[in-house]
Amino acid sequence: MALFFAVPLAIVCAYSFLTRGDYGGVEQPWTVENFSRLADPLYLAILWRSLWIAALSTAFCALLGFPLALFISRAGRRKNLYLQLVLLPFWTSFLVRTYAWLFILRDTGFVNTVLIRLHFIAAPLQLLYNDGAVLLGLVYNFLPFFVLPMYATLERLDPALLEAAADLGARPFAILRRVILPVSAPGFVAGAVLVFIPCLGAYLTPDLLGGGKSVMLGNLVQNQFTTARDWPFGSAASLVLMLASALLLAALMRSRIARELM
Amino acid sequence: MRQKALGIYAAFALAFLHAPLLILILFSFNASRFTVWEGFSLHWYRAAIDDPQLAEGLINSVIIAVVASLLSTVIGTMAAYGIWRRAAPVLSGTLYLSLVTPEIVTGVSLLALFQSAFRFLRLQLGLYTVVIAHVAFSIAYVAIVISARLRNYDRSLEEAAMDLGATEWHAFSRVTLPALAPAIAAAGLLALVVSFDDYVITSLVAGVDSETLPMVIYAMARRGVSPVVNAVSALIVVAFGAIILISQKLQSE
Repeated sequence: MALFFAVPLAIVCAYSFLTRGDYGGVEQPWTVENFSRLADPLYLAILWRSLWIAALSTAFCALLGFPLALFISRAGRRKNLYLQLVLLPFWTSFLVRTYAWLFILRDTGFVNTVLIRLHFIAAPLQLLYNDGAVLLGLVYNFLPFFVLPMYATLERLDPALLEAAADLGARPFAILRRVILPVSAPGFVAGAVLVFIPCLGAYLTPDLLGGGKSVMLGNLVQNQFTTARDWPFGSAASLVLMLASALLLAALMRSRIARELM
Repeated sequence: MRQKALGIYAAFALAFLHAPLLILILFSFNASRFTVWEGFSLHWYRAAIDDPQLAEGLINSVIIAVVASLLSTVIGTMAAYGIWRRAAPVLSGTLYLSLVTPEIVTGVSLLALFQSAFRFLRLQLGLYTVVIAHVAFSIAYVAIVISARLRNYDRSLEEAAMDLGATEWHAFSRVTLPALAPAIAAAGLLALVVSFDDYVITSLVAGVDSETLPMVIYAMARRGVSPVVNAVSALIVVAFGAIILISQKLQSE
């Protein structure tokens, strides 16, 4: 375990303080320049975009996932069937799921072909290679990460509470706002963290659906290790990404929420 | 009324989850190479089977997935057992951390590890580096599945065996291991799928002669429209679905 996980990370740690070598390797002297370069406006923009896209993806997952989880938690005997339906796409290949959107959104893809055939548009719309496409792909890929903890929370909600509220004259919207939402707060937090972390570090989705136009932190790391061959800088970027993920996870695990849900 | 609105909303969300894959699979049976339905055909499946690059990728992927999942099942089971016996919080923390580490970070750190090892050994990237990398990231999946099973496992069974004269190893191999067998099989199948599916880490640590199936698919998807990719995707979806269903069945046993 240590060999497979801690050692590689330690090497990246060391690399991030070294200087780039002539042929793409690393050389001494030790420096913190790689980290200060991250504050360059170009890279700050990428960092900012990653945070924004991850936050928006999380928000959309909550908007789609909360009602879905609520519906499943009250579905009675069909609960397991619906849960399976949520999980099934998740267990098919990540690459295939992302490719599916490429197939649907590209110029000659499903959406454009249908729209042109129906004479709604004359020329294909540019649906791919923008932030919207990346957002869509991320929400699609990580929605189950939100639904599951949300469902686990709502599942514990005593139906008697809802009946009591209704008996006391609360309207449906009031029940939702004053009973269901407060009780489901842990599910929101856990779901949000579980979606936000992988979205922040996403690589394949922005790579395929964003093209070169919607670059996120993951793509920056990949680029530094391959095309740019600046390993120390790539290491520094990946360390930042790693620390952000680890801190968020640690915060979640230490909170009361983890003990309640896991 | 409200229940109905909720149901419609949920149906929409479920459709969002399933429609893209269904459309993808539907068009793998399309006679035309364009996204216009021109009748049912298995043409693209035949083309996929005949493609030498896909075949080579498939062979590499199968070799890697089988070897890596066997190794990670053994190591992951031992890790889970060790955590359970000694309640090692650092180890279990590492486990969760490695699950949430972005794939790209795992990939570059393994690449960095290999490159620094190559300074001393005269080796280069190849199939075996992919296997090592896959073992590294699938251990966590295995350990999580086994840990879940061990949580409900009664420790006194092992103690009873040792009271009756069994050595620690015998208590493990004759009592605990058989009880864990379904979970181990389930974890192994899961590791097989995770390994077979990986693109991000693989593409970083693969040598020139070790293209895997996801790498071939990625390259084809990048090049442009080809229903061949749809056909391969459909086959992968069905195969993964079957393996995961078996794995879940084993886990719930």
